[in-house]
Amino acid sequence: MKNFKTLVLALVTIVSLSACSNDDTPAPVNEEEVITTLTATFTPTAGGAPVVLTSRDLDGDGPNAPVKTVSGNFAAGMAYTGTITFLNELASPADNITEEVHEEATDHQIFFQQSGLGTFTYADMDANGHPVGLNFTYTAAATGTNGNLTITLIHLPNKSGANVANGDITNAGGGTDAEATFAVTVE
Amino acid sequence: MRIYFTLLAVFLAGSWCAYSQVTLSGKVATTQNQPLDGAHIHIDNLHAMSLPDGLYSLPGIPAGSHRVVVSYIGYKSLDTVVDIYRNLVLDAVLNPESTQLQEVVLTETAQAKSTVHEDRLKAETIEKYSNTSLGDALKEIAGVSSLKTGSTIVKPVINGLHSSRVPVISNNVRLEDQQWGTEHAPNLDINSAGRVSVIKGAGALQYGGDAVGGLVLVEPVSVLKDTLFGRTILTADSNGRGGSVTSSLHQGAEKGWAWNASGTFKYMGDRETPDYVLSNTGNREANFASDVKYIGSNYNLQATYSFYNATIGIAEATHIGNVSDLVRAINNQEPSVIRPFTYKIGAPRQEVQHHLAKLNFNKDLADGATLALQYAFQLNRREEFDLRRGDYANIAALDLTLSTHSVNADWKKTANNATYKAGVSGSMQHNDASPATGIRPLIPNYDKLDAGVYGIYQYAFSSSLSGEAGVRYDFSRIDATKYYQKSRWDALGYNGVFDDIIIGDYSSQWLTNPKFTYHNVSASVGLRKDFGNSLTLLGNVSLAMRNPNPSELFSDGLHHSNATIELGDLRTQKEKALKFSATLLKTGSAFSFELTPYLNSINNFIYLSPTGVEYTIRGTFPVYKYMQTNALLAGADLHTDWNITSHLKHSLNAAYLHATNTLSSEPLIDMPPLNITNTLRYTLQNFHSLFAEVRSEAVFTQTRYPNNNFNADVPAGNELVPTLVNISTPPPGYQLLHFTTGAQFALGKTTAAINVSVNNIFNTAYRDYLNRQRLYTDEVGRNFQLQLKLNY
Repeated sequence: MKNFKTLVLALVTIVSLSACSNDDTPAPVNEEEVITTLTATFTPTAGGAPVVLTSRDLDGDGPNAPVKTVSGNFAAGMAYTGTITFLNELASPADNITEEVHEEATDHQIFFQQSGLGTFTYADMDANGHPVGLNFTYTAAATGTNGNLTITLIHLPNKSGANVANGDITNAGGGTDAEATFAVTVE
Repeated sequence: MRIYFTLLAVFLAGSWCAYSQVTLSGKVATTQNQPLDGAHIHIDNLHAMSLPDGLYSLPGIPAGSHRVVVSYIGYKSLDTVVDIYRNLVLDAVLNPESTQLQEVVLTETAQAKSTVHEDRLKAETIEKYSNTSLGDALKEIAGVSSLKTGSTIVKPVINGLHSSRVPVISNNVRLEDQQWGTEHAPNLDINSAGRVSVIKGAGALQYGGDAVGGLVLVEPVSVLKDTLFGRTILTADSNGRGGSVTSSLHQGAEKGWAWNASGTFKYMGDRETPDYVLSNTGNREANFASDVKYIGSNYNLQATYSFYNATIGIAEATHIGNVSDLVRAINNQEPSVIRPFTYKIGAPRQEVQHHLAKLNFNKDLADGATLALQYAFQLNRREEFDLRRGDYANIAALDLTLSTHSVNADWKKTANNATYKAGVSGSMQHNDASPATGIRPLIPNYDKLDAGVYGIYQYAFSSSLSGEAGVRYDFSRIDATKYYQKSRWDALGYNGVFDDIIIGDYSSQWLTNPKFTYHNVSASVGLRKDFGNSLTLLGNVSLAMRNPNPSELFSDGLHHSNATIELGDLRTQKEKALKFSATLLKTGSAFSFELTPYLNSINNFIYLSPTGVEYTIRGTFPVYKYMQTNALLAGADLHTDWNITSHLKHSLNAAYLHATNTLSSEPLIDMPPLNITNTLRYTLQNFHSLFAEVRSEAVFTQTRYPNNNFNADVPAGNELVPTLVNISTPPPGYQLLHFTTGAQFALGKTTAAINVSVNNIFNTAYRDYLNRQRLYTDEVGRNFQLQLKLNY
């Protein structure tokens, strides 16, 4: 019975010691990995003011929808040099995710989906000779039109899938890190 | 001394002479004439083991007078001397061991019999699933199905319910391993189980009052005899190109020291469907369990420690970013990631460790009463790795550490026609969600305190009629610390309602301190009537109350493999279930059956319901919110055994469930469809216990499901197309055929058994409605398995 009392005492000690576990307030998590802002800048090769498309979602995966802006219209038949940047504006200063995409170019590809707005051509390659899409050229349709342009950043796509190198997302697989659809006008 | 050597020489000579060898055979059964599966029969160095029908055969005995020992865990060994000069039949009837009964509360007693029916897995079945998991093995019980994530994460589903509604009691400790998660399989090694049983319904109040669906009881091997006994099982599989080894040693004792130790290693690579490799579906396990027990004259003291350590790869193709990816995955039929076979496990994967340490003390008090005291500590670490960018690739996306202390005191007394049981329990739990993940945690930090008290009274009105009534009270308190995005806080309608729990303002997030207190009462009453002719009827009514679990309260964010945003609700109320069930049992040497109809009415049933679509920069996501409704689950389970001849046996398992959301008059989601399993087994008892078994598993198409399909604008080809996202339609039914054959050999003191099996003989490609990955991949194809079992 003496052993039993010792045992109970030991148990009580263990329980009470571990009960004093920290009730410290956990640190807040600021999601550093999330992309909040996608910016596509189209600079006319002939010079002039660029057209800038922006999708900004400052609550990340939260309930608020992204805010989209289109700075202007494209000119029919005009050629543009395009660049895409990704930011995380939840971090301060804002985190430039574009560099990460560039460094891991073999694991990323950007797709441009539209119908009749003109032609998009990749202007950059990863180490394996597959397109990335951070840099591209765009030639606007010859006649005025309007429609939707969807820009999608895919993480870990199957870059050797059928037509993926030509910008067809159908067989790309992978997971979407950012997707934004803009209503644009060619005039 | 010389005389012994002479005798030995005579015996040895005798054992070499075929004509002087005889066979002892017979049947091992309980006092209730229930056959005992896996009983040991020893004569000197010779061993045999009884089959599921209790029959055994021990050939090669030299003629003479022998000491025969028949033993079975939990029963008093039969130890006698028999003159064996020709083939002899010895039927053994074993009495339950009274000291074992203290721990196995639900085993029948001589006086008042329990009205709660327990479905037990055969020892052979547990061993058959040595290389898989508890969830896979439990599927062999009628009415138990499995909820899977891929092929290795398997959760038991009892009569349509799972996770928080089906507590797993491992070695008398309630397993606390983040069991709320549908993708979190029970963190225990099936090889450490000596006995696995299922109780359908909430009748077993000593384990808790919240088992809305039922209970899974896992008990370790316990050897009472004064012997050292060992077992090794080696398993090799063609699908996954790996295998496992498990070994255990047991030292039993009537008095003094007894101990058990066991270890398991598993190593499996990518699984394959009939048409492609399921990339990143390998898994590893390294488990260890041991206990040491001191048995005194009227008490015993035991210390136990077990460790479960698993790494589980999750098919890479199931990691998607948004609804567009989901639509592409559904339409493509084949997963987007198919690579050559590899053993390597990348991301996504789960790494889980579960430690369980406990001390228990059992004492026989005066007047036939017993007291059991137990303290247990569990530490569960769960890390889930996802496909992440840059520096985050090697940082877990979810990192939870759950520690639980629990104490139990259980008292039991049997007097005349009555059995009294009473007990108290308490537990303290702390969950720690690491902020180092860089992702807002799915489950916040919390402290939880539980206390419960119960009383159960069993009474035998006559030798054939017993009754049982029990009541339990539980107190529970959760104190959590959680950050909410302010936008989410407003969208959930918390603004102005829960302002009092805000304790800090961190720019875009509120820091909150939600606290919940619950008082629950659960109860059960039952009757058991034996009609003679081995026909027994058990009837039970039970009331259970289950508190909302952390995910139902706090979930808040993106679920990657489903492309859904899942939201908990602080307003979630507790669930109340009233279950009526009956079991009609018939045991006979030619035909036995067990029929269990039930009706489970659940008030405030918590379920995930689609509430709309949210747009983020990552794309479109359907939003699922935890809602409450009233649910009615009605169904029946049937099991039959038919000994067609002394060699041929047919078994049937069938289960049907009709589950309805009674407020919306819609079917409930994720309910198992009608399934029927037929097994035909041929046994040649006299020739190395040879058996061959064909099993047909038929799963019908689930035609009753809620339609949660939705439309989303998805870029297809080069345009945004409004597309119907078909996430609801269950896959078509399927039928699989499996084959197993095996035989036993005596190798000196060792009994060896070799089993060869083929699963999914026709390499059928199919998908299962209860697999969380059914939208992405087929189930695994054909598998050849070789298993070697050694008992020594």
